Amino acid sequence: MAEQFISRGFKGRRRGTNSELKGRIPPGQYATEEFPVLSAGPTPRTLLERWDFSIYGEIAEDLKWTWGEFLKLPRETATVDIHCVTKWSKLGTVWSGVSVDTLLEGINLDAQPDVGYLIAFCDGGYTTNLPLADVRGGKAWIAYEFDGKPLAPEHGGPARLLVPHLYFWKSAKWVRGFKLVKEDRPGFWETAGYHNYGDPWKEQRYAGD
Amino acid sequence: MAQLKWQLGTVLEIRQETPTVKSLILDLRDWTTHFAGQHVDVRLTAPDGYQAQRSYSIASPPEDKYLMLTVERLEDGEVSPYLTDVLRVGYQVELRGPIGGYFVWNARDSRYNDSPLLLVAGGSGVAPLMAMIRHRAISNSKRPTTLLYSSRFYEEVIYREELDRLVANDTSLRVIHTLTRRQPQNWTGYGRRIDRAMLAETAWLPEEKPLAYACGPTALVETVANLLLELGYESGRIKTERFGPTGG
Repeated sequence: MAEQFISRGFKGRRRGTNSELKGRIPPGQYATEEFPVLSAGPTPRTLLERWDFSIYGEIAEDLKWTWGEFLKLPRETATVDIHCVTKWSKLGTVWSGVSVDTLLEGINLDAQPDVGYLIAFCDGGYTTNLPLADVRGGKAWIAYEFDGKPLAPEHGGPARLLVPHLYFWKSAKWVRGFKLVKEDRPGFWETAGYHNYGDPWKEQRYAGD
Repeated sequence: MAQLKWQLGTVLEIRQETPTVKSLILDLRDWTTHFAGQHVDVRLTAPDGYQAQRSYSIASPPEDKYLMLTVERLEDGEVSPYLTDVLRVGYQVELRGPIGGYFVWNARDSRYNDSPLLLVAGGSGVAPLMAMIRHRAISNSKRPTTLLYSSRFYEEVIYREELDRLVANDTSLRVIHTLTRRQPQNWTGYGRRIDRAMLAETAWLPEEKPLAYACGPTALVETVANLLLELGYESGRIKTERFGPTGG
């Protein structure tokens, strides 16, 4: 539209003067104190005895951790802002878990630069795709605690991927592992009309954005 | 894929569905057809450039010429009070869509041809399910369909008369209401929150390979999805969509 459309009679909420806060909310988003739940199907329940996290695909030797082993990995706490494509953002959320860097430590990724992507797979069949670069360098975690408590099943517990710099559907709930691949392949929402990459600051909500 | 472009819709009609819910009927010039169950993003812009966006389910079937959005007024909302209180016939609304390729039902999709439909709604979560029911009626589908619809009060039942009419003309459609807070005298429907016994009495048997769609507040959707799993429904055939006050 050449000219900016104005919604007749719309004033909007009183705009806060807190510019620091404003700078943390991407375009088209609003801040909420709640923690809405969004998922496409029923919440899977996996017994911890049967839970494991595995990395396979373009990798010399597959990796696998049981729940007990996973908890023994170095633990990090991250305070991050999260942004859901359904327009809510939640600022200053506190998560604990394992940095993806820690999980990838044993793999010499730099020796195989053509392996550029991963597919996160989950209980319930959900998948999402990410460039490897987006989960390395302190940008992503497998989180098992939220706000100091075990992560609730409806929020992705026992463990979910946390990639806060992308829209939150990339932070796959009930995650069980990564498949490392050479070629990018769209996941569940990425094949259902949503953006392949999902940068909230560029408002990449839907395919073509 | 081409970008979903923002476009202007003109308000042709506003229907008061219940004391807090209105349906907006919009005329869109460049609408490409949608599937029943999809939604749109609505964007409001203030004179100083401030913008707010929210998603709303489409309540009209793909076959309709005009697009219907059913909007519940949320007390602390920013977008919904504008849509229900300020917007008038003749005003324009900016939106883009259709969005969402999973929580959809298409009568001509042969994949689930023999599956009966179970639709479970809580409050204004009935909107995308109503698009499915209307689509089913217009396309003359006789797919056995049950709508289990939870409202707080009789007065808050959205599309009540239309649902009554549709049921009267179609033996393969059942609509079962439950009123959780107060029931009128001589009420023959349920009078409690959806629970296991209610689903066991009303839902299709798992052997019938049903396809289930649940839409409403998170608590209702979580409960229904979990109970359907317990009753033997296949996880991949339970599709969920959540509506809540955070829908804004």
